Amino acid sequence: MDRREFIKIAGISSIFGLGGLTAFGTLKGKLEASQTGPSQNPQALKAKRWAMVIDTTKFKTAEDFQRCIDACHKAHNVPHITDNIKHEVKWMWTDTYEHVFPGVEDEYLAEKVKELPMIVLCNHCDNPACVRVCPTKATFKRKSDGIVMMDMHRCIGCRFCMAACPYGARSFNYKDPRPYIKEEDINHEFPTRMKGVVEKCTFCYERLVKGLMPACVEASNGALIFGDLEDPNSEVRKILSERHSFRRRPELGTRPSVYYLF
Amino acid sequence: MYNGGKIIIGLIIFIGIIALPFVFSGKSASVKPEPKLDTPEILKLPENERKCVESKEYMIREHMKMLNQWRDWVVRDGLTIYTSSSGKQYTMSLQNTCMKCHSNKSKFCDECHNYTAVKPYCWDCHIKPKEKEL
Amino acid sequence: MLEKAIQGSSRYWVWILFLLSLIGAGVIAYIYQFQNGLGVTGMSRDVSWGLYIGQFTFLVGVAASGVMVVLPYYLHHYKKFARLTILGEFLAIAAVVMCMLFIFVDMGQPLRVLNVLLHPTPNSVMFYDMCVLAGYLILNLIVGWTVLGAERKDVPPPKWVKPVIYLSIAWAPSIHTVTAFLYAGLPGRHFWLSAIMAARFLASAFAGGPALLILLCLIVRKYTKFDPGKEAIQAIGKIVTYCMLINVFFLGLEFFTAFYSGIPGHKHSFIYLYTGLHGHSQLVPVMWISSILAAVAIVLLIFPQLRKNEGILAVACASTFLSLWIDKGFGLVIGGFIPNPMERITEYWPTFPETVISIAVWAVGFLVLTILYKIAVSIKEEVVYDKYGEKQIQS
Repeated sequence: MDRREFIKIAGISSIFGLGGLTAFGTLKGKLEASQTGPSQNPQALKAKRWAMVIDTTKFKTAEDFQRCIDACHKAHNVPHITDNIKHEVKWMWTDTYEHVFPGVEDEYLAEKVKELPMIVLCNHCDNPACVRVCPTKATFKRKSDGIVMMDMHRCIGCRFCMAACPYGARSFNYKDPRPYIKEEDINHEFPTRMKGVVEKCTFCYERLVKGLMPACVEASNGALIFGDLEDPNSEVRKILSERHSFRRRPELGTRPSVYYLF
Repeated sequence: MYNGGKIIIGLIIFIGIIALPFVFSGKSASVKPEPKLDTPEILKLPENERKCVESKEYMIREHMKMLNQWRDWVVRDGLTIYTSSSGKQYTMSLQNTCMKCHSNKSKFCDECHNYTAVKPYCWDCHIKPKEKEL
Repeated sequence: MLEKAIQGSSRYWVWILFLLSLIGAGVIAYIYQFQNGLGVTGMSRDVSWGLYIGQFTFLVGVAASGVMVVLPYYLHHYKKFARLTILGEFLAIAAVVMCMLFIFVDMGQPLRVLNVLLHPTPNSVMFYDMCVLAGYLILNLIVGWTVLGAERKDVPPPKWVKPVIYLSIAWAPSIHTVTAFLYAGLPGRHFWLSAIMAARFLASAFAGGPALLILLCLIVRKYTKFDPGKEAIQAIGKIVTYCMLINVFFLGLEFFTAFYSGIPGHKHSFIYLYTGLHGHSQLVPVMWISSILAAVAIVLLIFPQLRKNEGILAVACASTFLSLWIDKGFGLVIGGFIPNPMERITEYWPTFPETVISIAVWAVGFLVLTILYKIAVSIKEEVVYDKYGEKQIQS
């Protein structure tokens, strides 16, 4: 045999040899893993489309609002950024009626109605603009329960979703949030986020899967009602059939899942 | 040698640049990694129950792939229970399952990661377990 | 052909070194931004896109404008543009490079940029934006390099270049339309929710890009022996004139819809930009400078006696370019975020690191442009006669 043939044979045998070793290892791994798989937690709360009804009449004091906001922000390690309001991160907050429902132009509306505080959060729309524009599906509408979720591992921080959201529900981490989370408030069962990704309310998916109501709903003493919009027997459907409710900017076609009762 | 002076100087600079990574990594690249499994949580378990989610060989090779798959199942599909090849069920969570037993990140995870010069950014978001001073 | 870029006069090298120093400063500023997060810029929770995306938006237009010289020559055999097409294509390459860099420096997690390709999302306009920008860069590189290489060897370009050129002509408006769609499809931003957004983008692109091309041609004629041609420059001047008029007309259309309808949501952004809203008026002087520059440009361009004078044409082009740079590169993007969806106002102004990084990206673009133009001009100086037998060198 000459040198050229020798090199050809050596090359092909090493490719087959290495390839074979890799294939064997992968197959062994796959065999080990083939009996395995994911499944649903039996305690999980199930719904086709989660929704929330906010009974604004049940919010009487500033403390009522703050209790819900603190429950949310503490459960999810949301940073409290006070040195530069431009960089603030908030999943749930309050604003006055005339700002939550812009377009309700009425100079003769009572001042106390205009200035009425109400709680705002991501509306988990059924036709979300933010999901439509995300180039990596880092934010997506979950098929199982309609929650508009965030995948922090995939987000590239382009902030297109922030431009698209008609409700201003999303926050970007302009800097590392960790220094802004109080040591004694950290929830060790939930991660923080890193700089450069967008975050927002996720309807406490991690609590729902354990059979718990969202943190804000639990802290609201009945002011926030949570349930399945597609279950005709759910509490939210009952309330919506009995009382007059409003959603924010419904004319935009986003089909929000958060309703307000006045 | 034609342009001998320039060539030799160039060679010295080249060797210097190539040798820099070895100089900077120092001892950490030559010490064999020894991840420690003697955390209080693991020691509490009886000897025959000290098993990870999957076998040691599988975990060493595939733990990152498995974590990625866990993430997609939990975040995208809403499924949180994992049935391992031994039939046992676990909650799919880095912070609340893996790190509950392996609560000594600096003596476990970092051992191999430092040796291989891998810097996973998991810990920018996932909170490190508080390590007990043994 | 690249060897032409490393042979030059001392003036050439001083210019290159100047650009490299600007780029070096930008690299340092970017490392600072990468380590500390985008909080070092002036962006906020309300104004989540700022100078970087504004500059990207403007430069996409400049990139698309290459088609304004390529189309008349290759589709309609307008011989006067024969010497110019390479300059237009190379300007497009430099502009696309700047666009991609501006997107990269704006991302919160730039190391994950490949996620856009690993997880393609057909319903997202930004996915298409990445694809069309990359495609346009490749097309222009192929066309420019092949045609220039053929001219150097004094042979006609290979036949396969023709369909690629036609593809690039069709591709050029697409990069700009897709970028306009980033803005025009968002339901919550009334300032951008306009059917003529893409048309406005095209009009301002075809005014601003050729305006820059004229200035570059005049500079090339002054500092090298290559002469793009007086008539060619005048023809581009006419294009700039008409497109600037259309652009201002379109802006007038937007004003009419907003103010004659009287709908508050539609009016608010315009009021903020041009008169100030609720005491916030930081951008008012900026927008009025843009308007005055546009008026000056139109007056100088509309009268042929003024336009024929190349000195006045240069002033008009600079005025056009600056006016559109302010309008598209700043006013349009910031105006969409103010007021925010809850009718509150957070103002925006770029910070020092943000400005240094932006200048550095422009320097990268000009470096690419300088190198490519040096190659093109050196080859044309060698070849002396263009394919129609006309001398393209000044004696």
